[in-house]
Amino acid sequence: MISKLLNTNTLIRSTISNRSLFRAKSVRQSFPGFDGQLVSSWPGTLFSLSLYLVASIAAFFSLSGVAGAVQQTSTADHSKFEQLRGPFENGPAVTKACLGCHTEAAKQLHKTTHWTWAFDNALTGEKLGKKNVVNNFCVATATNWPRCTSCHIGYGWKDDKFDLTSEVNVDCLVCHDTTGTYKKFPTDAGHPNYEPKMWPPKSGKVRQPPDLVKVAQGVGKPGRSNCGACHFYGGGGDGVKHGHLDSSMHNPKHATDVHMDVDGLNFTCQTCHTTGGHQISGSRYAPTATDEKGIDIPGRTDDSRASCESCHGNTPHGAQANAKLNQHTDKIACVTCHVPEFARGGRKTKMWWDWSTAGRKDQHGKPLVIKDADGYDTYDFKKGDFRWESNVVPEYRWFNGEVRHATMGKKIDDSAVVPINVTSGSYDDPKSRIWPFKVMRGRQPYDSENKVLAVPHLFGKDGDAYWKSFDWGRAIKAGFDATGQPFSGKFGFVETEYAWPVTHMVAPKEQALSCDACHSRDGRLAKLGGFYMPGRDRLQWLDWLGWLAVFGTLGGVSLHGLLRLLTAGKRRSS
Amino acid sequence: MARVRMYSRFLRLWHWLQALLVIMLLLTGFEVHGSYRLFGFEHAVDYHRLAAWSLLGLWALAWFWHLTTGEWKQYIPSPIDRVIAMLRYYGVGIFRGEPHPFHKDRWHRHNPLQRMAYLSLHVLIGPAIWISGLAYISYPYWAQLGLGGLSLAPVALVHTAAAFLMLTFLVAHLYLALTTSEAPFAYLKGMISGYEEISDESR
Repeated sequence: MISKLLNTNTLIRSTISNRSLFRAKSVRQSFPGFDGQLVSSWPGTLFSLSLYLVASIAAFFSLSGVAGAVQQTSTADHSKFEQLRGPFENGPAVTKACLGCHTEAAKQLHKTTHWTWAFDNALTGEKLGKKNVVNNFCVATATNWPRCTSCHIGYGWKDDKFDLTSEVNVDCLVCHDTTGTYKKFPTDAGHPNYEPKMWPPKSGKVRQPPDLVKVAQGVGKPGRSNCGACHFYGGGGDGVKHGHLDSSMHNPKHATDVHMDVDGLNFTCQTCHTTGGHQISGSRYAPTATDEKGIDIPGRTDDSRASCESCHGNTPHGAQANAKLNQHTDKIACVTCHVPEFARGGRKTKMWWDWSTAGRKDQHGKPLVIKDADGYDTYDFKKGDFRWESNVVPEYRWFNGEVRHATMGKKIDDSAVVPINVTSGSYDDPKSRIWPFKVMRGRQPYDSENKVLAVPHLFGKDGDAYWKSFDWGRAIKAGFDATGQPFSGKFGFVETEYAWPVTHMVAPKEQALSCDACHSRDGRLAKLGGFYMPGRDRLQWLDWLGWLAVFGTLGGVSLHGLLRLLTAGKRRSS
Repeated sequence: MARVRMYSRFLRLWHWLQALLVIMLLLTGFEVHGSYRLFGFEHAVDYHRLAAWSLLGLWALAWFWHLTTGEWKQYIPSPIDRVIAMLRYYGVGIFRGEPHPFHKDRWHRHNPLQRMAYLSLHVLIGPAIWISGLAYISYPYWAQLGLGGLSLAPVALVHTAAAFLMLTFLVAHLYLALTTSEAPFAYLKGMISGYEEISDESR
């Protein structure tokens, strides 16, 4: 039955690619073994009829231009390629077949951050990327490779000896699968499971291995869910990390994201994050805080549509809009008004993660997990305390695109909250604009003598792994040892914060912030210093003095009038 | 007593339009300042802007009128003893039922205190408001106008201070204009009809 369903998928896709209802029949015939397999019994006939119906509907939508994301314009039908007939033993075997024709693909991918997990920030000179940074979610990739690299676009990054020059270990399918059936197994260093396997462990829920042949034959342009498979689940779960990227973005509503709205514009990720040679534009490490190029046209472009201005320009508000809106674009990022809240798709995002409380057991001696009314875990013995929020109002900062990170081994000042990244910008800096941020806060382990954030060894089958022994001392030492850093033996937990620019989940324009949201005494920018803002700021002494004059005069003339009234009788009698 | 045409048609039009615009500007201005919420910030700014340009136009006409008709002479400050006499009247005489020390006619409409007050209004408060207001309103173009070094806080400070003075003036003006005439609301009626009853001796 599963293989039949997969066939359905293929049929619909092929029909759409042919863009014609009437040619669906011929496409069916072009699939070896398709007819015989399905039209062998009455239920089979019914099934194939219903298939036909589904295909017709899909074709109709494709003709009327609604289908969007699934629409294919490719000149190649991969299901016709002999090289993809399989069978395939594993992921790398598929990649080998891909590379047979796409000879340069792996070389291109080797140059991307998606592959290297390393990023040289030209602006700050910092060495970033998942390999080098520390965050306040699962802290760091080092020593936890097989778990973390389930989101690497490769196969087999299970320790720090992974061969970054290997071509067959590039995972083509995770991005190019269009069947929706290919999933990397959470703990297998980027491989899908090749045998039925339980996840979560001992849960009784079995994950079937993907049908690599079907997946390989069904490759195409990535859709939202390809990127989303990792980017919606960053930080270890749905919506955990970003808050403006979560599973509600697979097929978002208009109210969640006007561009990706599945019934509207239906953008994919790369509609904006344009690609060339597998390089994907847009970077959180080196964001474009102010796109002065405006609308990109050939000859005048930064080869990226990953900024609002790339399509909307720097004066996007129409003639009927308040003229001040277009004047505001020099100092205010589009998303500041147009993403009034994040985590708006009905999912919550993690706002607080306190590692220091991890390891607790309930009264029966069983590992403790506490969930809130909506099913979100507010305590997990493996990870500590969490706070989840939806429809979150961002925090706002002046931002010019320069971010500095507390990378592995950097000294910290533990006398206050430790900023894991420091964003630059000010009112006086013409490259700065006001940007919205999700600020993730929490407490995480550090070497309290050397003043360095720990790289805890969390995942693994060995006894040093925190999730095996629940011994922080061992886990922290193992992490420091593995990354070649000294460890004083003393550790503690320090409060940290990490600012993430909010860029997705652009709301319908009716929901954009009104002027009052910021231009008021206790508005959203109440804490943003360095400039005078009408409606928010005043000189306190001038206000005191002014109202004293006004009410003093009012009191004076009232008294004067009262005295005149009181003396009026006397005047008349005299 | 005689009925004298004290206020020309233009003067009345100017006075009442100015009154309307100033009240509108104070109402919206203090909302923009953040003192309360009434129209909503966006509308407050829009109304304020509209009223401001209207008042600027009106003031330009009024200045032209004052200068070409000689009306400006009615604002020349009086000798100090007359000012003191007025102060004494408001401070003491008015309670005792003493006669008003000033007698007005067509070309001497203002008592010595009015001369001082209106002169300050026209040459100090007014210009402070429109100069700072023009600077404020042109904020988006400062760089092009070569005013890049200017910062909004001092401009807003001058503008707000002048607005407080205007509001203070309004309070005192309303009290004096509405309650100090001999017959009830005689000044108000005069400013509407243009005619005022004045005693024969001052003619």
